[in-house]
Parts: sequence; C-alpha cells; structure tokens
Amino acid sequence: MSRTAFLTDSTLCIGCKACEVACKEWNGVGEDGLEWSGFSYDNTGALGHSTWRHVKFVEHAPEPGFGGNAPELNSWAFSSDVCKHCENAGCLEACPTGAIVRTEFGGVYVQPDICNGCAYCVIACPFGVVQRNPDDGRAFKCTFCYDRQKAGLVPACAKACPTESIKFGEIESLRVKAQNRMEELHQRGMKDATFYDASNTSVGGTHAMFIMRGDPRSYNLPPKPEVPTIYLKRGWTSSAIGAALLLGGTLLAFLADGER
Amino acid sequence: MRKTPHDGRPARTPALTSEQRLAEIRGEAEERGEVKAAGIRPSGSPFPMASPETGYYGIPLLKEPAWTWEVPLYFFVGGAAGAAAVVGAIADYTGADRKLVRDARWIAAAGAVISPALLIADLGRPERFLNMMRVFKPQSPMSVGVWTLLGFSAAATATAFADFMRERYGPSLPLRVLENTGQAASLAFGLPFSNYTGVLIGATAIPVWNQNVAELPIHFGASGLSAAVGILELMGHRKSRALQMLGLGAAIFESWEGWRIESRQQPALDPLRRGTSGWVVRTGGMLSGPVPAALRALGFISSNERSRALRRWAGISAVAGSLITRIAWVHAGHVSARDWREPLGILHPLYTEQGVSRGRDPRQQK
Repeated sequence: MSRTAFLTDSTLCIGCKACEVACKEWNGVGEDGLEWSGFSYDNTGALGHSTWRHVKFVEHAPEPGFGGNAPELNSWAFSSDVCKHCENAGCLEACPTGAIVRTEFGGVYVQPDICNGCAYCVIACPFGVVQRNPDDGRAFKCTFCYDRQKAGLVPACAKACPTESIKFGEIESLRVKAQNRMEELHQRGMKDATFYDASNTSVGGTHAMFIMRGDPRSYNLPPKPEVPTIYLKRGWTSSAIGAALLLGGTLLAFLADGER
Repeated sequence: MRKTPHDGRPARTPALTSEQRLAEIRGEAEERGEVKAAGIRPSGSPFPMASPETGYYGIPLLKEPAWTWEVPLYFFVGGAAGAAAVVGAIADYTGADRKLVRDARWIAAAGAVISPALLIADLGRPERFLNMMRVFKPQSPMSVGVWTLLGFSAAATATAFADFMRERYGPSLPLRVLENTGQAASLAFGLPFSNYTGVLIGATAIPVWNQNVAELPIHFGASGLSAAVGILELMGHRKSRALQMLGLGAAIFESWEGWRIESRQQPALDPLRRGTSGWVVRTGGMLSGPVPAALRALGFISSNERSRALRRWAGISAVAGSLITRIAWVHAGHVSARDWREPLGILHPLYTEQGVSRGRDPRQQK
C-alpha cells in the first residue's frame, strides 16, 4: 500500500469552500460557521470537531500582485487547511486508549468506536486540529477519508476541488510535484511562494503539505511545531527527582523525629 | 457549538448619514465623472487583517483544554493521596504513632476511590472508561497515569481494608500479608502518583505548561505533600514533629517555586504572572508557600498550645493553597492556549527586542 498525502496549493485556491462541503457531505459532519465572524469570508475560524477542511481567507492591506496571478492586481489569498497527519503525531502518541492509529496510507485516524473522550489529544496537537465534540463526547478530526482510500478513491475534498488546488497522491511524487511547482512559481516572479511541511522540526514532516504566498504565520501555521513527546524525558526525570525527594524527605523527617 | 442563523438578532437598519453621503458621491460622479473626496467608511472598519504580525486575525492556533472542573480537583486529590500513602508507609516502617499511620492510610484510600470517579466523570464517554486499559503506552503520560492510578487504587484500598479488619477482628496471617504487600505497593505507586500529573500537563502543546515541564512534577509533588500534611494536621496530628518538618520543607519549596514564577520574564510564562490567571497562581502560591512556612516557623518558637493552633492554620492554608495551585495551573493553560502569538513565535507587545517594557498588556484591559 502506498503512502499518500495532500498537497494544498493555495495559489490555485479560489476560496469556494467546495472542499469543506464535500467533506461534510461524505463524512456526515455537523454544520457550523453559520455566523459572520467579521474575519474576511471565513466564518468557521479554525479546524475543529465539525470542521475537518477549513478555507482560510488571508485578507490584508492592498498589495499589488498578491494572491492574483497578474502583478498589477490587488487580491487576497485563500488556503484550505486540514489535519496535517504528522509523521510524529502528538495526538497519536498521547492517546491512552489506542483509539488513534496510523493507517496503511500514513494518515492518522481516530477510531470512533474506541475513543472515550479523554480529550488528551486535544492539547497534544501542535496545530490545534483535533477537538472534543461537546455534544457527542468523542474527539474528531479529518480521517484522511480512510474509507474512500480503502476503496481506492480520492478523499472527498480533493475530489471536489474544482481547481486542483488540493492534490492527492503518493507522498514522494507529491513532494517532487511541490518542488516543481515552487520553481515554476518563483520563475513566474512569485518570489513570496512558500512551501510548508514542518519537516524541519520534531514533527518530522506531514502528510498534508502546503504551498502558499507570504509568511505561513498569517495562515496560522506555526513556524516551529513540536510534537509534545520531546518533553517526556525532562518531565519524567523531574518526576523521578520529585519522588526521590519525597521518599528521602519523609524518611529523614520521621527518623529525625525522636518523639515518634 | 450548535449555531442557528439570525437567532434573536435585530434586522439591519441603514445608517442615514452614510446613505446621504452615498447619494452625494453618486451625484458628484454623475456631474464630473470622478470623485475626489473620501467615500464611506463601512461600519466595523478598520477591518481585521491577517499578517505575520497579527497571525490569522488573532484566532487561537492551539485548542484550549476540554477538561472540566473534575480534572484540577483530581490533580489535588491524587497528589494529596499519593503523598499520604508515602507518609503512611514511612511512618509505619519507622515505627511512628499507630493513629498517624492509620489516618494516612485512610486519606490515601479515600483519594484512591475519589480519583477514578473524578477522571471517569470528565470523560466524554464515561461508559467507555475501560478502554483506557486496552493498552499500555509509555509514551503517553495519560496511559502511564491511568495504570499508576489503577495500581495505587488497588494497593491503597487494600491496605486500608486490611487495617480496618485487623482493628476490628484482630490480627491474622492473611491480613498481615495483605497489609504489608498493600503498603509496599502503595508506597511504590504513591511516589509517581503524587507528581505524574506534572508530566501529564507538561508534555503537551500548551506553551505555559511545556515550558515548565522540568519543574511541574516536583512542584506538584511538593504541593501534594503539603496538602497531605495539612489534612493529617487537621485530623488532629498537630504534635508530630516529623509532619511539622515535612510541612515546612514543602512550604519552603513552594515559596521558592513562587519566586521562580515571579522572577522569570518570558512571554510564554505571562499567564502565570499577569491578568486573572496570574492572581490565581499568586494566591495559590502564597497559601502554599510563605503563609504556612511562616506559621510553622512561628510554631517552633511558641508554646505547645499555641504551636498547635498555628499548625492548624498552617494546615488549612496548605490544603487551600494546594487546591488553588492546581486550579491556577489549569487556568493558566487555558489562557496560554488562547494566546495565538506564542506558537507563531510573534513577540508580545510587552516584550521589546531590548527586554521587557513597563506597559500593560492591551489584551488584559478589557
């Protein structure tokens, strides 16, 4: 079975939110985002238990050539966000029930029949993706359309994307595709095109890669996401020291107490 | 999260002045073919922008903890119970007062019963709590914690049960075996159980927690010991000098921890020092550190009767301080998760390239 990935090329995104709709349709995800947020045309704000694809509308002061392809045009940028399906996934490591597993396609999948809603994955995700649904009690996020992939189909969002901004395929060939696309964009004068896959951190790369214009921070993508397991060594060392201090201190106190 | 459109919102009414201004602009355009003056400023402007400095409209990047009130309470109960088991076992091994040993065992057993109840109540699907025991994952502090809690609960309740039976029906060999193995196991499980919750919150994506991962377990362990000693004192053990020493040691450590929190100027640690969460942390710190430390120090130089009264107050302060400290850390985690700047690596307005400015954080003013 080949390892698959998303490559979301924001330079092709037209902000139609078809990916959001297709995802909700296929996966039966509840409605949200029916209130105006005032943040451009984004009414869901972030990924969550009921938003597995999320189109960001990065609107800012007029800047000729930004977002549009023609250098004289003012525009703003759209980007469809999704669970990153990290190589070292914080949620997967943190899950105490083993409900979160890695699939044969390389995706990170929450098994809904096992999750008991402890919500530890929620604070273990460096991208703020997975969330507990307060009505249902369990944690939810993008499944990487595991069911569709099993049947040899493309995930619903990629299938629905009208501009092929969301590309889906074998991870290695997508990486090459991304490289080529970056070169092409730079040649066309889009010097601010950036590639994002968090491979330079402890996350160790993602199965959802992004090409966007400008700084990833304006897309709420952390420059240095870290998988929380890197803190374990320091934490357990401290716990051991704490236990030793407690044991030693208690022994000392009772032995020194002559009146005991 | 269920949302319905247009719930209870008034219909939009056009602003007369801007309508008038629009009419003027139209007239001007018709007459001269161009408009020189400024147009209409739409209501709500200036519009929020997304940029490397403001992030994505300041929408939090991380998710806040979804834990309910049971979890900080569990941190308190579990910490006190774990430390009480250690105190009880050591007191027994060193031949201390029988009543002290017994009371410590009962605190541990009570905690061992309350803790799982609190944790199960916090689950989104409490009926599935047994799924926690499907696997053991050393890389998940939650999984390690669940197994530690399980071992501790079994050991602490067995010890208390054996103690009770022996007291009631007299000694027998099976009871002695149960009591001794139970006590050894409660000591072994109680040591990590008293402080693992520090690792639990430290090894997460929440900046204020993971930046303190090397201190949180010791801090929580000291807080648990302080609470256990406090409860024992409130149960009447106000003569034991060993407890007095332990309480003093924990209070001195907690004072040092409070000083560390106050003295480190780092954007990620702001929730511990600023705003409401800062004051909750400070209150918890004062009640667990300087207040009981001073009361206990006074107790050393006072008369017996006065010393006991002082220790009662030290106990009350330590127990309250421990509880507030756990609530404070969870609260600070929420504040930290809401701060979109930290994970994006954006400098806070309070922090300049040169150092810390004296100004107030604009976000805290509302």
